[in-house]
Formats: sequence, structure tokens, C-alpha cells
Amino acid sequence: MSARKSTPPSHPSKFSARKLAPTLRRDPESSALLRRSDTLRGPRRWLALWRFARSELRLMFGRRRNQAGLVVLALVPILLAVAVKLSPPSRGGGPTFLDQITENGLFVGFTSLTVELTLFLPLAMAMVSGDTIAGEAHVGTLRYLLTVPVSRPRILAVKYFALVVGAFIAVGTVVVLGAVVGSIIFGTGQMTTLSGTQIGLGAGIGRLAVALVYVALGMCALAAIGLFLSTLTEQPIAVTVALMVIVAAMWIVDAVPQLSFLRPWLLVDKWPAFADLMHDPPRWDQMIQGAWVDGAYIVVFLLAAWARFAGKDITS
Amino acid sequence: MRLHQTSCMPPSAAAEPGGASDGSGSRPAIETRSLTKRFGEVAAVDDLSLRVPRGSVYGFLGPNGSGKTTTIRMLLGLVHPTAGDHDILGYPMPARQRDALPRVGSLVEGPAFHPYLSGTANLQRLDAADAHASAATSAARIRSALERVGLGAAAGKRYRAYSLGMKQRLAIAAALLAPRDLLILDEPTNGLDPQGTREVRHLVSALVNDGMTILISSHLLSEIEQICSHIGVMRAGRLVAQGPIHEVQSTQQATVVVRTPDPGRCAQLLREGGLGAVQVTGDVVTGVPSAATLALPEDLVARLVAGQVRVRGFQVETPSLEDFYVSLTGEGFDVRA
Repeated sequence: MSARKSTPPSHPSKFSARKLAPTLRRDPESSALLRRSDTLRGPRRWLALWRFARSELRLMFGRRRNQAGLVVLALVPILLAVAVKLSPPSRGGGPTFLDQITENGLFVGFTSLTVELTLFLPLAMAMVSGDTIAGEAHVGTLRYLLTVPVSRPRILAVKYFALVVGAFIAVGTVVVLGAVVGSIIFGTGQMTTLSGTQIGLGAGIGRLAVALVYVALGMCALAAIGLFLSTLTEQPIAVTVALMVIVAAMWIVDAVPQLSFLRPWLLVDKWPAFADLMHDPPRWDQMIQGAWVDGAYIVVFLLAAWARFAGKDITS
Repeated sequence: MRLHQTSCMPPSAAAEPGGASDGSGSRPAIETRSLTKRFGEVAAVDDLSLRVPRGSVYGFLGPNGSGKTTTIRMLLGLVHPTAGDHDILGYPMPARQRDALPRVGSLVEGPAFHPYLSGTANLQRLDAADAHASAATSAARIRSALERVGLGAAAGKRYRAYSLGMKQRLAIAAALLAPRDLLILDEPTNGLDPQGTREVRHLVSALVNDGMTILISSHLLSEIEQICSHIGVMRAGRLVAQGPIHEVQSTQQATVVVRTPDPGRCAQLLREGGLGAVQVTGDVVTGVPSAATLALPEDLVARLVAGQVRVRGFQVETPSLEDFYVSLTGEGFDVRA
């Protein structure tokens, strides 16, 4: 933020004496109603940024469609817990951890993550990332944001921040609700790891929290791709579809043994690696590798979004 | 041709920029130098040198597709010019747009807000995005801006339930959220009913009296004629006329029309008074006045009356802005490729 002296070259002060409507006072410094500083430094600058970010979050979470999406995400662990309660699974079938649920309710959180990781969570991210730039361009509000003015990197930063918060809220909803509902229905008895050992409740909760962060990080990487796609088009739905196509294509490539050489480059390949947390001691190598892949996707696609958006003509 | 009573000069045309509104020698509110924008082969805006003096109401005219909106988008830094540069309020753009744009309120190509938010919530959103706006005064400013455009009662309604006129008003309210030096209004009366149009006209006058500079693009030439002190006319991406409205229009010839039961005597006096091409048709005498006569046409009436001519009606007929506009931009409906 460049510091500037006080007023533009010819900013007359003679009008400040006039009786003006409150909204229209021209002399910022003399107005009691309005305090507009020309230079924002330090904490005030961050406060201003936080104010914008908060408004972005309100926009995202205030939208009915997003609230409905969150409800759908939340229904899965509840459904899962109720289904397992009504008909306990036999050993070996179903998604990972499914048969451990009856021993310890916390496993509902883990299982829900596994279940929602392939489709529901990416879909939620695809929907909200479509709204970011493409959505604002679609309704035309992007041009009014830019003329406020808000700098383009600032818009991208706030939009991505909201996506990150959205990712943590989405994954957090699944994990926390799963753990709570599971604990209520099945209690928190022995927690048997994949290695066959027992761990305490505290360690179990800790590992669940790590899983939450790890999966949310993967969603943040997906959101970075979404943000980039969002700068390419004015159709939010096109972003959602394109991002889902990318996710589906990655799952397919990941599943084809002949294409296994591509796996280290695939965003989704290491997503299920949080299951390694349930070994004793936890295996970290896959997760660390996954975190690096996530980080690389975040850096590359945020830079691409910035490169694309910074010089773009806004004709929407 | 339309008849104008000489006494009904547009009020804003009388208020000269530079005199009442801003210190002389100040830099113009908007100045573009050879601004050009090409989309592929087509030059949407070609070598545009716009000059909007401080304190003026600048009517920005031109047919659809003549490059007005592209120009406005370039002015606001939304679209990057292919060539040329421009200043807003004395700040070079886009280098100093962080300094210039907070002082500019704008309405670009119609209103655009989040449909599922209320009017107030939409303004809160824009205000929150403004790094210079104080959160403490936000509510007061929003209420005040909404009331200024007559939306006070509908502030809590969702935007999608607004009528076109209400949407337009909300966009104007957004432009008035913070203190401004310049307003850029692209078709602000689009979709408004006659009352709404009238209110916008009054609002514009009030804002100019507060010392604001306003650039207003409109298709309603009568509106422009009533409120603008300056006009610029675009055609096919180029500026074909620009300047104070009466100067631009005075390139067109005016005619004096006198209705009198004494046409012969009247014609004689008019000729003596220095009018050319005097013609008598029944009880109507017409003549082409000189610039000096045109400056004080009422003296002509005094002269006629002193000369025992009974005057029933006296008018100075100037070509309407519409005639002028059509002469510059052509009649046709063809949209430029």
C-alpha cells in the first residue's frame, strides 16, 4: 500500500463548509460521520481485510444452496451410524473401518470421511469454487467489487481464504458429527488399530483431528484448481462441472494399473492415506507425500489464477 | 426542430465549470489521451481523447455499440486499453487506481447485486470490501444512501424481488456510499418511470451543486439536454463532438420566430436589427439572428414593441439535441460489426 500525502492535486476544501448530505461529504477528514484514511497501515489494514473476508464468509454460508449442501454432508455420518446400528456388518465387507464402528463410535467419523471423500466433499468444493470469481462475474457484481476498488490479488486472496474455511467447515462437519453421533450410539469403547493394538480415547480423538486437517488440506488443493477455473469463465456451473470431471478423471487414472506411473502426480492418489493413521504407530510417509502434492497443487494453481486474473479484461 | 422559449435555458448550462465548482487551472476530472481498445481486428474505441472538466455534468452520447461502455470500463480500470492512457481526478490510471477509484462512484452497464441478499446486505457487502470505509459509520452511510434514492422502505427486501427501477436506484445508492468527487453513470435512468427519471435528474443537479463531477451516458437526449453542461458524442468508436453543450450546439444555426399581427413592420425591424434571411409567412416572421442578437434575444422584443409591433409570440428556435445527434451519428439502425 503506497503512502500518499493528503489529497489529490486539486482537492478543494472550500466545500467542507457547505451543508451537504451526510453521505456526500467531500472532505473526509473534517467529517464526523466518515473516517476514511488515505493510508492504511498495520493493524487497520488487516482489520479492513478481515472485514472483507468476513463479508465473503457471510456470503458463502448465507447462501441457502450451500447450507443445504452442508446438511447433505452431515446426513451421511448420521445415516451411516443408524444403518450400522440397525444391521451390524459382518467382518471384512464395506468401506474401511466400517466393521470397527460397533466397537468405538469415533470410527463413524473415519468411515464417513472415506465414504464422502470420493464424491460428496469434492462436489461441495466444486460448487463453492464456482461461485468465487465466475459466480461474481455471472451476476455482474465482480465489476462493482473491482471499482470499489478492491485490488485483484486481494479479491483472489479473500476468495481463497473463504474456500479454505469452507473446506475445513465441510470436512469438520463430517468428522465431528460422525464422532459425536457415533459416540452417542455406540459409545467409546476399545479402539482397535489396524495393527491390532488398542489405543486410548485421547489418542483416537487426536488421530481423528489429524485426519480432519489432512483431508481438508486435500480439499484446499482442489479449491485452488477451482479458483483457477473460476477465473476462466463467467459460468459458475461450468467450473463445478469441470472440477468434477477433473476429480473423476483422476480417480479413474488412479485406478488403472497401467497408468500407475502417473499416481505421484495425481491430487487424489494420496487422499485416502489418512487411513494410515489407524496403524500403530501411525504411518506418516504416505500422508507426508500427500501433503506435499496438495501444497504443490495449491501453489501452482493459485499462481495460475493470479496470472490469469490480474490482466483479465472484465467485460461481464 | 423543436421550439425553446429563450427564457428556458437549461439551468446547468448556465453554471459554467471552473467558475463555481472548482479552482481554475485544476486538472480535468477525466482526461484520456488517444485511448484505444481493440478486440481482435475491431477497434471498439479508437483514439479517444475525452476531457471532462471538474464540476461539469458531461453527457456521453452515442448509439448502441459505439464504444461508450467499453470506454467507461477502461476509465474504471476494468478493461485494459490497447493503446493510450488516461487520468482520473488527476491520478494516472491504472497505476494510481487505488487513490483515484475510492473517489469515484460508478454505475456500469446496469445494476448488479447478489439476488438473494437484501438491498441493505448488498450495500454492506460492497462497503465491507472498501478498505477505506469505516465499519463504524457503515450502517449510517448505507441508510443515508438508501434514503437518498428513495429505497428506505424496501431496504430489507431481497434484491431479486426489486423492480427494475428499484434495482437501478440501489445501484445509484451504491455509488453514493462514500464521499465522491466523480460519478460515472452508465444509463442511470434505464428502466425508471417518469417520476424516477425526474428524481435522478434532481439528484444529479443536487450532486453537482455539492461540487461533484458527473459523467452520464444516456440514450434519452432530452434528459441530457436538461441536465448536462458538456457533451461528447461517440460514433463507431470515435469521439465526433465534444465541448460545452451550448457551444457544441451553436455550431447549428438558430432561427428567431415572431408571431405578430403586424408582419410587414416586424420584418422590416428585424432586418434593421441585423437578422438575415427574414421571411414572412402569414402572421409568422422568421429570421436568422447574428451571434450578438442571439446572446440577448429579449432586446429584439423590446425593439419590436418600441417600433409599434404587437408581439403575440417570440421564440428562438434552436435545433434540438436529437437533430444534432442524428446529424453526427446517422439515422440508421445498423449495429456496427
